[in-house]
Amino acid sequence: MADDDATTAGNRPALGTALEYAPAPESRSVVAIRDSYDLFIDGVFTPAKSGERITTVNPADEQPLAEVAAAGEEDVDLAVVAARRAFDEVWGPMPGAERGKYLFRISRILAERAREFAVLESLDNGKPIKETRDVDIPLVAAHFFYYAGWADKLAHAGYGPDPRPLGVAAQVIPWNFPLLMLAWKIAPALATGNTVVLKPAETTPLTALLFAEVCQEADLPAGVVNILTGAGATGRTLVAHPGADKVAFTGSTAVGREIARVAAGTAKRVTLELGGKGANIVYDDAALDQAVEGIVSGIFFNQGHVCCAGSRLLVQESVADEVLERLKTRVSRLRLGDPLDKNTDIGAINSAAQLDRIRDLAGTGQAEGAESWSPACDLPERGYWFPPTVFTGVSQSHRIAREEIFGPVLSVLTFRTPEEAVTKANNTPYGLSAGVWTEKGSRMLWTANRLRAGIVWSNTFNKFDPASPFGGYKESGYGREGGRHGLEGYLV
Amino acid sequence: MSDAANEKATPATGRARLKRDAEKAAAKAAGDSAAVPPGPDGATANAGGDRAAADTRTGGAAAWSDAGGTGPEARAGGASAAPRLAVRRTYKLYVNGAFPRSESGRSYPVTSPDGDHLANASLASRKDARDAVTAARKAFSGWSGRTAYNRGQILYRAAEMMEGRRSQFADEVAAADGVRRTRAEALVSAAIDRWVYYAGWTDKIVQAVGGANPVSGPYFNLSTPEPSGVVAVLAPQDAPLLGLVSVIAPVIATGNTAVVIASERAPLPAITLGEVLATSDLPGGVVNILTGRTAEISPHLAAHADVDGLDLTGAGDLATDLESAAAQTLTRVRRPAPGEDWTADPGTGRMTPFLETKTVWHTIGV
Repeated sequence: MADDDATTAGNRPALGTALEYAPAPESRSVVAIRDSYDLFIDGVFTPAKSGERITTVNPADEQPLAEVAAAGEEDVDLAVVAARRAFDEVWGPMPGAERGKYLFRISRILAERAREFAVLESLDNGKPIKETRDVDIPLVAAHFFYYAGWADKLAHAGYGPDPRPLGVAAQVIPWNFPLLMLAWKIAPALATGNTVVLKPAETTPLTALLFAEVCQEADLPAGVVNILTGAGATGRTLVAHPGADKVAFTGSTAVGREIARVAAGTAKRVTLELGGKGANIVYDDAALDQAVEGIVSGIFFNQGHVCCAGSRLLVQESVADEVLERLKTRVSRLRLGDPLDKNTDIGAINSAAQLDRIRDLAGTGQAEGAESWSPACDLPERGYWFPPTVFTGVSQSHRIAREEIFGPVLSVLTFRTPEEAVTKANNTPYGLSAGVWTEKGSRMLWTANRLRAGIVWSNTFNKFDPASPFGGYKESGYGREGGRHGLEGYLV
Repeated sequence: MSDAANEKATPATGRARLKRDAEKAAAKAAGDSAAVPPGPDGATANAGGDRAAADTRTGGAAAWSDAGGTGPEARAGGASAAPRLAVRRTYKLYVNGAFPRSESGRSYPVTSPDGDHLANASLASRKDARDAVTAARKAFSGWSGRTAYNRGQILYRAAEMMEGRRSQFADEVAAADGVRRTRAEALVSAAIDRWVYYAGWTDKIVQAVGGANPVSGPYFNLSTPEPSGVVAVLAPQDAPLLGLVSVIAPVIATGNTAVVIASERAPLPAITLGEVLATSDLPGGVVNILTGRTAEISPHLAAHADVDGLDLTGAGDLATDLESAAAQTLTRVRRPAPGEDWTADPGTGRMTPFLETKTVWHTIGV
């Protein structure tokens, strides 16, 4: 969606009209999904001692994709021990330049196999192929390439003349950007000389397992990267494991609190990238068509499964009607459907549980008196779907203005003065992202200075780059991923 | 200065409170101080109050002893031969720029390592802690909004003010730690220099830890450190002045505001530091100093939703519980590192834990 421009969008038929685009599906044949996957421990795929298995389904049609192991305590032990040995014997002592070369090699293989990853990610996650192909996977390769270059330059990173790795990093990632979050975790950890045990999300394990194959293909020493699939219990065991020197987590604020509590009193270093309720501020002098594109990419990119989503639109009262009219026109032209179709803008909700949560919160929006609008939109019969939804008449006390919905649901509030905009934007326990739309530079900087958020996008939204630090204020967590700042959490 | 104003209203009681060497000398010169009746109130008390205020800037306790039989107090008292009774300080909290007693009305005796009674300090309550957080929050936008240059000037001003009170601080540190006077003076010097160190950081830390990011696209992208907000600081128990300055200065240098729990055993230098800060152009509420039981007050600060950062330096055995309580609101925690050498180069390690990184993207185009 971020790549669409308003002029071509104007020629497209609205959702649900009789005039349809011909299907343009990406071929699934590029990826071979096995029926069953084991854990990746110490360089080899190893059956889980727990004996437990979970099934991952395609959220677009509810068809099972594969069975994966659910790692138990014994499996976590084995992985941590393997990571420790690799740290002590191989990866820790290895010259940074050599570590870097492994990461460059991984980056290259990821780029070579990009389409395979993109298709697999869309199948497992439900996000449109347009996003996995043009955003997720290219950023993954770029992230490894970026951190590869740091491996032999750490003395120049500003963390002392001889920064040392911590040891074994326990990493737990979410389902919204499965492979990209893996890259954000593994690339800086490995560049700094740490080894990792990573747990992908229960509903999206497949690209992490394919990444394990990439590690093998790159001849990465055994035990440097270990992938443990599983559900919440596996993650809980992993982060609490006494052999983990570092915990890096991306996910909900509730789980983040739990991790911070578990790590209390230990020597574990913790970085947390948690929830958000980002404000997208549109001033009356903004370039409105561009702002509307930014509002759309801010909340409907990746079905709104984005911690830094611009889920609260704050629009200046004098242009609110016009912005809303243009926004509705634009949203009406979004195409929802088969994630593998190259024309699809909005894919499937990742899981039945997430769909329930979105429905529940959207329900409270109406119950609390906000007005809901969605375009005319036929949802596929099978799979987990939720139409793009815009709530107006939202007050700050409404749950849909306070809680993270993590779905394609936008809450619209208005303001009169810049002070009011900033006050409302900051009126949240979160502090991850915010957007500012204005043509006036001084107003942009005035606003950006006052926003209590880790990322401020000005006249753009939802942009990511390996060189740009990402992370929140307040209850959106602590630590940064990306850029020079992303090294800090893995060094002592 | 509200402290001096209160002092005027406090009758000298003769209750043995402050046993600094200098005051002992004064008492000796005065003969049996307990036998000397309080002079007529009014003129005497006022003169004493004014004198105490002047002393805080010029000489501290040593000057008091000089007042013996020649000061204006003696003349005003009408007994030219009678030695003067020194005016003692009341050690109170420093909250929101003022010096209130604990709202609980409680105090606790502070003793030297030898067990000599030094003074009664306020025993702060949960309510005092909350009031301090409120004051710190109120002061945050103004303080963080000051220019870095201005913050640097104010921190430097604190060094200047401390320099003027060297003797008083040295007396207090010597009494609190039971160290020789020369050692105490060295610690005071190091504490003064620490303000100077951080005064110089205020307008450099942004360049040292922030910077431009070369992103792949038509964007201007800049990362800047910003203060976390209100930071609760548990000062070290064993370094009542140098350690205290070493934990406060880095927190406020970057624009945070602080609620500090002074060393429970040796809180008196902290209150004197509060008097320094109150005369250093530091806005009220930027630093709030509580004295009392660390174990009583700190859980309320750790769990307080309006506290953004928690420095556990002086937490001791409480550290794990406090870190756990802080997890509820994802408060940034700096864990204690026992055995810290307060004379070592501080580096940036006490500033960065309470800084957030803000990254601003802006489109480039015509």
